[in-house]
Amino acid sequence: MKVDTGSESTLRGRFGPYGGRYVPETVIPALEELEASYLRYRDDPGFRGELEEYLKNYCGRPTPLWYARRLTEAIGGARIYLKREDLLHTGAHKINNTIGQVLLAVKMGKRRVIAETGAGQHGVATATAAALFGLQCEIYMGTEDMVRQALNVTRMRLLGATVHPVDSGSRTLKDAINEAMRDWVTNVRTTFYVIGSVVGPHPYPMIVRDFQAVIGREARAQILAEAGRLPDYVIACVGGGSNAIGLFSGFLDAEEVRLVGVEAGGEGLETGRHAATLCVGSPGVLHGAYTYLLQDEHGQILETHSVSAGLDYPGVGPEHSFLKDSGRATYVAVTDTQALEAFQLLGTTEGILPALEPAHALAYACALASRLPREAIILVGLSGRGDKDVEVASKALFHEVHQESGR
Amino acid sequence: MSRIRETFTRLRAAGRIALIPFVMAGDPDLGTTEELLPKLVEAGADLIEVGIPFSDPIADGPVNQRAAQRALAAGATPREILALCRRIRERTDVPLILLSYYNPLLRYGVAPFCRDARNAGVDGLVVPDLPPDEAGELVAAARDSGLDTVFLAAPTSTEERIELVCRLASGFVYCVSLTGVTGPRREINKEAITLLARLRERTSLPLVLGFGISTPAQVREVAKYADGVIVGSALIQAMEEAGPQGIEAAMRFLSQFRQALNLTPSTPSEVM
Repeated sequence: MKVDTGSESTLRGRFGPYGGRYVPETVIPALEELEASYLRYRDDPGFRGELEEYLKNYCGRPTPLWYARRLTEAIGGARIYLKREDLLHTGAHKINNTIGQVLLAVKMGKRRVIAETGAGQHGVATATAAALFGLQCEIYMGTEDMVRQALNVTRMRLLGATVHPVDSGSRTLKDAINEAMRDWVTNVRTTFYVIGSVVGPHPYPMIVRDFQAVIGREARAQILAEAGRLPDYVIACVGGGSNAIGLFSGFLDAEEVRLVGVEAGGEGLETGRHAATLCVGSPGVLHGAYTYLLQDEHGQILETHSVSAGLDYPGVGPEHSFLKDSGRATYVAVTDTQALEAFQLLGTTEGILPALEPAHALAYACALASRLPREAIILVGLSGRGDKDVEVASKALFHEVHQESGR
Repeated sequence: MSRIRETFTRLRAAGRIALIPFVMAGDPDLGTTEELLPKLVEAGADLIEVGIPFSDPIADGPVNQRAAQRALAAGATPREILALCRRIRERTDVPLILLSYYNPLLRYGVAPFCRDARNAGVDGLVVPDLPPDEAGELVAAARDSGLDTVFLAAPTSTEERIELVCRLASGFVYCVSLTGVTGPRREINKEAITLLARLRERTSLPLVLGFGISTPAQVREVAKYADGVIVGSALIQAMEEAGPQGIEAAMRFLSQFRQALNLTPSTPSEVM
């Protein structure tokens, strides 16, 4: 299914005015080579068949669409469905993309892959795919994120990857991307850079979207089969925005379906300690693309804050910038506290611990559902599972419980 | 003819190649930079490349990253850096080239920045994350203002891309000596010489080699092939290590390069 919503001008690498290729000359030829290879393999039946085979028998696709009955009853409004990407191998949607990109790397003859990671899910998914195909793998991760997602650091190492700590800037995802790009500039001839979200220079936002579009294709067919119609709302969290783009892409042409991206509101937009790029940012150039950014009046990139490492990023995929300006999708923010509440609520009502990233989408979905009638349908992208966040969540939640009981 | 081209023409006639130090404006503060730039001319700089600090410099190694962080911590902004250039221009005729990542220019406004830079006596711009493909707006604004636009060519550049770089560049072409980020290196990469030869076939613009040049011996080695060299990270590192005596250290450091070049007449035309 090919849908032209105006955002399919990607052969020029643009989504409206957003996107492009703002990188040092050294890597431009590599981007041209990647684009040519991708376009060749994208429609190649052999490549597609191989990819589908891995997604099905290795990753566990298709993922279920789950009607969250007890959650819906607890909220008392619209019916909430969850697209269960948390059930995929490695525990998040990231593997859809890394299997695709690493398979492409193999076809291109690259024996070394590098990646950045925030929450560690993309790092784990890249290390997994590299192990599966026998490639050398090196992951860049901010030291702040290495502390709060220590479990994933261990997983990457157990999978045979080298994890490079990044100690510059805010020591989070943004800085990990900087360092991965520096590695790529240096080793561009032998190395494939597996970017984890719909960010970066063209053709990455297109490639990552295409590999994640399987989420939206499945979800659309599943909700039609289950409910007999399309949902009223499709909601996903947005850091760089790969799971959101993947899910949205299945519904872009259906104008009656409202698309909502949920950003990290951190400690509240008014505090300045957040990562709500599309809610309060302005366009600029970061990491190779023209897109919305959190920046100061002089064009310096701001440090962000979120309880969720995967959303803690001052940029966003250029296609989201386009969807915002065109009005096709709307973007809202949810605070750390609201996300933690949703994290706990899903655990107790459905027996599912979500990652803190999609807990943001859930928090917004729950608030919205309570204002809607029972006939309404909300589809939420549950992009990953919460094992990695148990420690952060228990610290935050038990700390609050402790304070309350002390009163 | 632009001040940059005049300088290269004069140097070529004198059989010398250009020595171009790179310093980060505002590192460790703007007062130091203002004092430093005329001293660099005294120590033998033919042109000066002045950096506008950026929070996320993806083409730079650790030395230049630290310099940008110090400058940002001291509060250096594009507006103040342009004001600094204006004051420097009153004191010296040395060509000034500003290096900035694209986002600070976008935020300032590309056309206003070019106009204000020209009015401040700036001669050219280098934007390391803006390849010629994306540079339409900047090139148009720079041409209107009379600023040269310097583009980078890399060892990985294809023939088509070298054509593109040569077509849009003015002032000189910045030849990246290696595949990598900025930072001192022990040796000159053989690829650098190949790249210079490939460019020489396609353009009459001066060719300036940068990235990794850190010793006078390296400069002597490339003087046969290039029309100029940029010395950045190694100079910044020398200043960093000297602390409060940074300006004296920079002058000593640059003088060694000047002497090396004076002993090594350039012969780029013979390479052809």
